[in-house]
Amino acid sequence: MSRTVLQVRNVTKRFGGLVAVNDVSFDVTEHSVMGLIGPNGSGKSTMINMISGSFAPTSGSIRLEGHELAGKPAHKVARLGVGRTFQLVRLLPELSVLDNVIAGAAFGHRRRWGAEAKAHALTLIERLGLSAVMGMPVSALTYIDTKRVELARALAGEPEVLLLDEWLAGLNPTELGTGIALIRSLRDEGRTIILVEHVMDAIRSLCDRCVVMSSGAKIAEGSPAEVLSDPEVIRAYLGDDDA
Amino acid sequence: MSGTDWRNLAISAALLGLAALLPVYGSPYWLTMGTTMAMFVVLATSWALFSGPTHYISLATAAFFGIGTFVTGLGFQSLPFWVLPPLAAIIGAGLAALVGLVTLRLSGVYFVIFTLGLAEMVRQVVTWVQNQTGHRGMYVLTSITEREIYWMLVGLGALVFLAGWLIGRSRLGFALRIIGNDETVAKHAGIDTALAKVALFMVPGAVAAATGAILAPRYIYIEPATAFAPLLSFQVVIMALLGGTGRLWGPIAGVIPFSLLWEAITRQAPNQTLLLLGIAFLVIVYLLPGGFVGLWDRLRRRFGGHS
Amino acid sequence: MFILITGLLLGGTYALIALGLNLQYGVARIMNLANGEMLVAGGFAAFWLYTAGQVNPVAALIVIAPVAFVANWLIYRFMLQPLVKRAKSRGALEVDSILATFGMSFAFVGIMTWAFGGGYFNYAFLAQPLEMFGSSYAQNRVVAFVLAVVIGGALWLWLTYSRVGLNLRAVAVNPASASLVGVDVRRASALAFALGGAVTATGGALVSMFFTLDASVGVLFTMKALIIIIMGGVGDIRGTIVAAVILGIAETAVARLIDPGLTLAAAYLLFLLVLLFRPAGLFGKARG
Ligand SMILES: Nc1ncnc2c1ncn2[C@@H]1O[C@H](COP(=O)(O)OP(=O)(O)OP(=O)(O)O)[C@@H](O)[C@H]1O
Ligand SMILES: [Mg+2]
Repeated sequence: MSRTVLQVRNVTKRFGGLVAVNDVSFDVTEHSVMGLIGPNGSGKSTMINMISGSFAPTSGSIRLEGHELAGKPAHKVARLGVGRTFQLVRLLPELSVLDNVIAGAAFGHRRRWGAEAKAHALTLIERLGLSAVMGMPVSALTYIDTKRVELARALAGEPEVLLLDEWLAGLNPTELGTGIALIRSLRDEGRTIILVEHVMDAIRSLCDRCVVMSSGAKIAEGSPAEVLSDPEVIRAYLGDDDA
Repeated sequence: MSGTDWRNLAISAALLGLAALLPVYGSPYWLTMGTTMAMFVVLATSWALFSGPTHYISLATAAFFGIGTFVTGLGFQSLPFWVLPPLAAIIGAGLAALVGLVTLRLSGVYFVIFTLGLAEMVRQVVTWVQNQTGHRGMYVLTSITEREIYWMLVGLGALVFLAGWLIGRSRLGFALRIIGNDETVAKHAGIDTALAKVALFMVPGAVAAATGAILAPRYIYIEPATAFAPLLSFQVVIMALLGGTGRLWGPIAGVIPFSLLWEAITRQAPNQTLLLLGIAFLVIVYLLPGGFVGLWDRLRRRFGGHS
Repeated sequence: MFILITGLLLGGTYALIALGLNLQYGVARIMNLANGEMLVAGGFAAFWLYTAGQVNPVAALIVIAPVAFVANWLIYRFMLQPLVKRAKSRGALEVDSILATFGMSFAFVGIMTWAFGGGYFNYAFLAQPLEMFGSSYAQNRVVAFVLAVVIGGALWLWLTYSRVGLNLRAVAVNPASASLVGVDVRRASALAFALGGAVTATGGALVSMFFTLDASVGVLFTMKALIIIIMGGVGDIRGTIVAAVILGIAETAVARLIDPGLTLAAAYLLFLLVLLFRPAGLFGKARG
């Protein structure tokens, strides 16, 4: 049995009257990919935002290897070992590709500076296939390359848990193949990942386990095959409850 | 340090030496002008260290400067003069930390507004305290000459450039650039953004207060209305932005032409200085975003990239 | 009691001025730091019409408001919209609009000094005292207050119930979704900016009835309006009014009880407290 790295317990988030996440619990084990899926607006990004410290849960606890994350500011969470990408890609437009990646290395979980940070960033750039575009200004990158830069930045701090919020969304079919292969290689390296995704192929081929959310609540958990054949999950996706 | 670093260091040292010799070869008029310029170089360069990367526009310069002049005004009789600028710097840094803690968590608009009124508020409080205690202005009568003031400013300027160069290569400097690009990313990359901003904001606070302390003997008579004149803050912003904050040397490129222009306008049409200030702001926004540094970079890019 | 009523009278006018700026910032997303100069211009116009043409300042509003509306519309259309268009992010627009409106502010002061000189302007309109609750108050202050309430109230009704008002509020909440439901965001922004300017100039005309203005006093009003908006919460009309009244009373109290030279310091103290304890405004929800 592998070790639990991240433990989410009874987490709830209210925005005014809206309950965006409702009493959700799950565990993420080391070296595994956990899929976080559900229809639009079901609270996936909100969950990611709470884990990464963008905002505090209204109630509940989130523990990373024994450290409580709930209520901690984002920079502390990042230093404790949570790295993330954003649903809408966020790069540092005035910085070079290299500096974008060093930004992740300099202040993250495992911190590097100077020549060491540069070497580390260059390794990642190479590894993610960005060497060819390294000299370009960030604004000139193709969509998938911006996503790669963001991923490299998140990886550069060597997080214990990596949160990918719809990292594959918006890629064309060829890019999607590349993207899936890339994430699989991360999994094979033994990284621990939470993957928010709508692309079913990616979920089937990448996830060890899945948590399904609908209207803020967890409605199923299990292997991809199990949850995707669960009648309640199908109902949630097809939306016959007018949600 | 790389080859270019050594080259830049040599150039800077030569320019600094040249600047330091001004009192020897320049006329009294140019010494006065040079002192004013040195003051603005120090203020604008330190301003740009913080406001350049973060895009937080600080209008607090006059408040820190005024406090510095008062440190000298109150202390010059009881303390040796060389103690006063460092003392002012410490007080300025402390005040900057307080202001930063209150405002820098919030968006840039709050910061501008707060700093905009800070000098005026400090002025009102100081005036009130003086009224209560029955003092009005004060005389700062020292044996310090304009030459010495000038040299002290050049020395302070050298320190500011050194600090800027070090910060530019430090984690803190890098963190500030990331914050200026996208604060959310900065936080999730592990940067304590509030702390980084407050820490760096203390630099212009300290420098402006020290500058005020050094310049106090030049004014001879100090009163709140002149010591905290808000115009100074705006002049500093204009000069720094006109030069451009993208490079350490940028503000100098703004200070020199703007001081000369300002001098000419105040002599010939003293009522038009505010109009000039307004037009300068508009020129920067509409015609010269990035200042002379930005223009220089664009030209270099257009003409083949060789300098 | 005297302090409360004087403060309330002052706060009413402040509320109107802040409402103007709040429309500009809340809807058009432009932090207009030249707002105070628009106010002074409104005051000067009232002064000029009164002294040169014997026009009653209340009647003068009929001219001042539309002129200010058109002037502000032009400013938005030709000076600010280009900045909105080129802005890569909200932050970039913020910096650009701060610098541009500072520029306009100084240019206006320069022009007004040049046109009217650097002296002080005031005129005696309804300067007789009015007896109320055992104390006397200047009639002009009371008239200004009543007008501010009427104009502010009309504006509020219009924003709440009219179709165009609804559009403006939709843009204030979220420009992207407002445009999805068919609101022309650009037109709404221009309208809000122009309207805000007109309201501010009107406020200036009212202020000039009881306050001595000079060309460079605008920034003081800008600052007060900004403090009120931040205290009340951006886009929150009720908060703006409450904040304006609090500021009016606090200033009057400090001026009466301690020293008239400390009014701005008093405003600042309030500002500081709000920043420390309620950064989202008096009625704002603390951000999660
Ligand atoms: N900052 C916020 N303030 C108010 N409501 C919010 C906020 N963030 C999210 N919500 C609401 O919470 C609910 C869940 O949103 P969330 O973004 O978590 O969904 P999601 O599952 O990520 O959807 P998608 O698949 O479209 O990305 C939505 O109704 C959304 O409108
Ligand atoms: Mg989402």
